[in-house]
This record gives sequence, C-alpha cells and structure tokens, in this order.
Amino acid sequence: MTTRSGPVADLLARRPTKLLGRSVAGRRAKRGITGIARSTRFPVRAASAPKDIEVRRPPKRTGTNFPTDWARTVPARVARVTIIETLMRPAIAALARPERTNADRLGDVDGPIIFVANHHSHVDTPLLLTSIPLPWRHEITVGAASDYFFGTMVTGALSALAIGAIPIERSKIGRGSADLAAGLITDGWSLLIYPEGGRSKDGWGQPFRGGAAYLSLRCDVPIVPVYVSGTGHILRKGSARPHPSNTVVNFGRPIWPDPGEKSRRYNERIEVAVAELGDEAGSNWWEAKRRRYSGETPGLGGPSVGSWRRAWALGDRSARRARTRRWPEI
Amino acid sequence: MARKSDERPTPRPGLVLDVDRSTPPILFHHGEGFRLEKLPAGRSRVIYPHEPLPGVADVESTISHALDNPIGSEPLSALLFAGMKLTIAFDDISLPLPPMRAPDIRQRVIEAVLDRAAAAGVDDVHIIAALALHRRMTEAELRHAVGDRVYDAFAPAGTLYNHDAEDPEAMTSLGTTGHGEDVVISRRAAESDLVVYVNINLVAMDGGWKSTATGLSSYQALRHHHNVETMKHSKSFMDQEASELHRSNWRQGDVIKRSGPTIFQIETTVNNNTFGHDGPLAMLQKREWEWTARDRAMFMGMQTGLKAMTARARRAVFHSWRAPYGVTGVHAGEVEAVHEITTENVYKQHLVPVEGQTDILTMGLPYLCPYNVNSIMNPILVMVQGLGYFFNLYRGKPLVREGGVLIMSHPTTREFHPVHHPSYIDFFEQVLADTTDPVEIEQKYEKQFAEDEWYRHLYRTSYAYHGVHPFYMWYWGSHAMDHLGGVIVVGGDPATVRRLGFRPASTLQDALEMATDVVGPQPTVTHIHNPPILMADVT
Repeated sequence: MTTRSGPVADLLARRPTKLLGRSVAGRRAKRGITGIARSTRFPVRAASAPKDIEVRRPPKRTGTNFPTDWARTVPARVARVTIIETLMRPAIAALARPERTNADRLGDVDGPIIFVANHHSHVDTPLLLTSIPLPWRHEITVGAASDYFFGTMVTGALSALAIGAIPIERSKIGRGSADLAAGLITDGWSLLIYPEGGRSKDGWGQPFRGGAAYLSLRCDVPIVPVYVSGTGHILRKGSARPHPSNTVVNFGRPIWPDPGEKSRRYNERIEVAVAELGDEAGSNWWEAKRRRYSGETPGLGGPSVGSWRRAWALGDRSARRARTRRWPEI
Repeated sequence: MARKSDERPTPRPGLVLDVDRSTPPILFHHGEGFRLEKLPAGRSRVIYPHEPLPGVADVESTISHALDNPIGSEPLSALLFAGMKLTIAFDDISLPLPPMRAPDIRQRVIEAVLDRAAAAGVDDVHIIAALALHRRMTEAELRHAVGDRVYDAFAPAGTLYNHDAEDPEAMTSLGTTGHGEDVVISRRAAESDLVVYVNINLVAMDGGWKSTATGLSSYQALRHHHNVETMKHSKSFMDQEASELHRSNWRQGDVIKRSGPTIFQIETTVNNNTFGHDGPLAMLQKREWEWTARDRAMFMGMQTGLKAMTARARRAVFHSWRAPYGVTGVHAGEVEAVHEITTENVYKQHLVPVEGQTDILTMGLPYLCPYNVNSIMNPILVMVQGLGYFFNLYRGKPLVREGGVLIMSHPTTREFHPVHHPSYIDFFEQVLADTTDPVEIEQKYEKQFAEDEWYRHLYRTSYAYHGVHPFYMWYWGSHAMDHLGGVIVVGGDPATVRRLGFRPASTLQDALEMATDVVGPQPTVTHIHNPPILMADVT
C-alpha cells in the first residue's frame, strides 16, 4: 500500500473542523461568510507578510499595463472590422445620422496619421471609426483613458478588441503611453486621440493637451484635425440612455509641424485648426476662412461667462447650422 | 510618412510602330465599346501616345508657388485688397476629358485663391463657370469642379453661378479689334478689380486668351472666330502658330488687356493618365503586346459584359469613369506668358514625331467628346470628334494627305439627348437633310438657330447647349472636310452616317477596300491610337 505525503496530502488528511480552525457547523452559520473567510488559514488564505519585509507584488494587468498586442493580431483585426462594419455602422447610421464632410482633404497623404478630434460623447469613437476613410479606418488605434477603459480586464479586453483602444495615461505624466503610441505609429498604425483628455462636461471644449503634438513631432507624421458635433445630444457625459440626433464629422487639412516648431506652439495650432473646423461646420468654408484671417474664429472653449450663459451660447451655436430662428421676430 | 508620391518607371515617349505580320490586332475605341482590328502588314503604322508624365508630388505646394511667384505679374496676394471686386472664372464641364477624379484641380486652385482673398479681407467675390455657349452645369457637376466647400459657401448666396451669354444685363462690350471683331464679356468680370481665371489645359488649343475672350463671352463675339472661314484657316487649330482661331482670340485678348479688367491667369496641365495604371481600364493605355493575362481577361470580360448591357447602362458605366490624372504643372500670372509655358507642358505630353503623311487615317472614336459629358454622343458630335478634334491633333501638316480618306470607328446611332442637345436634333433633321456643306449651312441657317427664342430659353433656364452650337460643331470639321477625299464610318448606323455625308462600312476591311476607290490600290494606312491623347508632329 502506498502512503500519500506532501502538503496537499496533509491538507486532505486533516479533519474539516481542523481546516476551519476551531469552528463547528453551528457557529459557521451564525458568523456568516465574512467570518468564514476570516477564519480560513494559509494556503486557502494568502499568507500575511512578515513585518518589515517589503512585499513585491506582480504588476497590475489593468490601466496602462493592460496588454493590447493581441488586439492587433490578424484574428482580432478581422473581428474588429466585422464589429465596425456590421454592428457599429448600422447603429451609428440609425443613431447619429452622420454627415461626413471634407474627407477629400486627406487625399495627398500616405502612411500613418494622427487624427485629433474634439470629444463630447462615447459615441464619438464609433462615429469616427465609421467615418475615417480607408485605408486608415482599419489600421488605426484609439487612445483611450487607461483609468476608465482599462480599469478592469473585461472592459480593457472589450475596448481593445472592439475599437482597437490602447491605454493612455491622463492623470499623470508617464512615458509608457507615449512610447507605446509612438511605437505603433512607427509600425504604420494611425492613431485617433482626443487631446481634451476626456468628454466635454458642458458641451464646450476643453484645452488641448500636448500628447498629439508631441507624437507628431516625435514620429514625423501629420495630424489631421477633426471636428465632431452633435454627439453630445446623443449621449452626453453622465447620460446613460442615447437619443438619436444628427451629427457632423468635418475633416481638416493635414497639419505638419513647421521646421523647429516647439510642441506647445504646435499644439496651439492644432487646437485652432479644430476650432476652425467647428466654425466651418457651423457656417461655411468661406465665412470660417474670413473669420480665421480676421482673428475672429470662435474658440472651442466657449465664452468665459457664467455656466447658464455658456449653455445659452451653446444653443445659439448649434442652432446656427439648422438656420432656424429660436424666437419669432418682433 | 507623408505626402503621396508617384513612383513609377520613367515614362516612355510615344511610338510609331510599323505593322508587320507579327503585329497583334490593334485596339480601336468604338463608342461605348471596343474593336480589335488587324491592319494591313507592310503598309500600315500605328502612332502610340506618350506614357503619362509623372505628376507633381505635392500639388498644394505647386499651387502656392504658382500664386506667390507668378510670371509677369505681382503675387496674387499683392493684387487683393479689402473692398475690391474679385471674380473667379473657371473652365466648365467640357474639361478635362474624362472628368478628373476628385479633388478636381479647379477646386484646389480656387480654394488656394480664396484662402488668399480671405486673408486680404476681400468680401465681394463671384465665382463663374465660364461656359460660353455650352450648357449650364448641374449642381453635381459644379460641386465636382469646385468642391463642396466652395459650392456650399457661395452657391446658396447666388455668388457661384453659370455664365449666361444671353442675359443682356449681364454682358458688356469692351470694343472691337482692328479686324472689326466685337469683344463682349461678362459684365461682372468686366467691372471687377481682378479676374482670376482657373483653367485646365487638356490640349494645346485650350487656355490663353481663349479662356476669357471665349469662355466669358457671347454669340456676338464668338461668331467672329467660330465660323467656317476661321476654321478653314486653322491648320490646325491645335497648333497656335497656324491657327486663325488662336489669332482671333488673341486679338480679342488685346482689347481685354487694354479696356478690360486685370486678368490673373492660372493654367494647369494634367498628364495622360486617362485610364489608370492598375484599374479595370488600365489596358486601354497600354500597348497591345504588353497586355498581361489580367488585362486580357479584363478586356474580354468587359466586352462580354458590355454586349449584354443596354446602351443606357453602357453609357452610365462609361460616364461614371473619373480619370486619375496627375497634375503636371500649375502656372499663374500674365495670360500670354503663362500660356507659353502651359503649351510647352502640353506638347511635352502629347507631341509624337511622325514622318510623312498617309493615304488613309484610321481612328477609333471613344464614348466621350467635350460636349457630351454625362450625355449622349450624337451623330454631329461623332463628326466633330473625328473631323474636328482627332483630325486636327497635328502640328506641321495633317497626318493624312490631301484627298486621302479618314476611316473612323463608332456606332453613330441616331440618338440625341433631348435636354442637352435640342437644337442638334433640328440641325440633324432639318439642316443636314438639306446640305452638309458648311458654307451653305452657315449662310442659310446659322442666324435662324442662333436667335431662336426657344433655344435661347432652354440655354438660359434648362441645361441645353445654345441654339448655334451644332453649327459651330459642323464648322469645327470644315478644315477636314476640305482636306479629305472621303470619310468612312465603320460600324455606324448606315442611314445616320449617310445623313452626315459619310459612307458606312460594316468592317474595317470593307472600309479599307472602299477607300481604295479614292486613294488607289495598296494605300498606306496610319492609325492614331488615341485616347490617351496624342498630337502628331508631322514632318
């Protein structure tokens, strides 16, 4: 007869009462699950760290550490194309009724592009992924907030698969995100990024952060500014239920950094370019052009006034395109 | 990264191929179809066009450079100022052929001009499709030419529109030339501080003073050079040195220069990349012996497919083609100085040296000429395409000797577009039934058609060519009619071909046989392998 030995055999040889310490079945019910958990011992429960010993934990697999390489393999790309073309496209057509304008401005560009867009809503990304022209549409990654989209393994995996998201650190400065994005651009991937760092809180834009400008300078690729409007009406920040509305996606002319241009100045130009596209979408190309040269292009950030007046002004701005009067003429 | 570049092998110059027994059948365009024809060995030759010259790598920068460093003029920005009247005129739907794949070069240039106008604070801008007596452009056609951005900014305000040569309020006279030719142009253009003309120079006859003196003009001025006498003395009208049409336009240009507005001419040239290097029609711009297995399969598939389609469907397919031209040059500034460079650019792409004339000239006519874009190539347009344009694509002397025969291949059906070509129908039924002599037609019928109120109304409010336009088409062929001993149409509808004054033939072999009645036995044959466009430099 063979005798079992080792920690597993020892564990099995113990009586159940020993395994659970001093407890007995009657007490177990009274103490509840928390009590049971507390009463378990190593190795069922993790061993407590000895005092004064620095514990080395394995790095988290969420946030900026979320691995996304697998989402750029051929099977994942095929799955993503299928999702975009068969699910997102009809959904966006029904929900956002997009008017896509000026994609011809990309006609002279070859190779990867950094698409830079203003950001109102979670609808922006599917809208843009169905609007960006080929060949960039299916060779693109999306810069997504690591703390939001990659907070758990499940949301991270879904984001990476469905929209080709890569984690971007937005709350602190770190090289990891920049290196990842730069590496992908060098490998020929385009990037969609929202330099405002998050969705608009009140319908107006936020100041642009410098990441896109930095990447464009570092990788020597053009930036294509894109202005998106109307998505805030569909699913604004804080809203859970989408409301169908019309949207506009207006592509701008590719921008290259001027020789010797610094990242900060370049970033300002990019923000102005998106603002001009917004002006163009709200009026027309010629009027926007004239305002640009007379220095009267309205900024993305809206007027520096009280919140209700900002909301009021926002109404005027969105109504401009519809060319409908909100009040009767007296 | 970066901007697209045209990386292709160095283009080969045009070629004159002597046909022998080993020469494969040669491609003939045949309306909305094609024929492969064997030419007689030992006495035939085929002229192939130049391969497409490389386009400029960065079109935007080329445009900017042209506007900021013009020839014989101050930079465009220096001519623009707040409070001025600016008129931008551009070539109409008849150029280029086939239409250009978006974005059209006119759009790019006009946007660059408007960008500078906006920077200078110019408010009063009008944009005019300079179509002379051609039909008005539809919204879709205007959008294609100038782009959605420009269209949406100007058309709703009524400041982007088609030229109307029959609006007496909108036209003004600038005087007459030393030869008594009236000079009449658009009043808006005449009263502008600056007219920027945006042209596409597809062939050597385009551009220069023809742009403003013709494009923005009216019947009153055009009749001085769109007539039989001028055409007979334009040998050819593609060769500026030998063209009376050119000289007349230049005389009118002198008057505009003296009494009219300042003109800032922007001329653009495109290459011969008509059917693309890799697309489904790529074989049409290759030499037959270089057709790959894919090309041959595509061609056979296309032939089979086309035969199974209705004429309407075939037309729809062909007219949807947008050529992927490369832009070979953009030059701006003073009209004549700019045009000299543009013409050189055009010649560089089109001129093929050819030695000696031929007894019989053969040509396959394609589905398209300048006057049937998105329309039907009616019998009169077949005539003008063959005897007007293709015959005149020479410098020096015609490819075919005097008294020689022209054989052209086209279905030549009795079909007309009732909206675009109403006066053509009457011209065919009434005028050609009486006579095909251009001089007699001019004297007897031109005035009646030119001043017909119904045609005038259709020209102004519908999408019809002007009443006099079919006459101009007929005059366009008068030099060829004078020069040739006969014209035979292969594969054309016999009754229609006879109405044009030509002889019908079922096959090319029949046509060659019939031609010997005129030019004698064992004639020499030259086939012009066009399009893509070539111009024979005959010595």
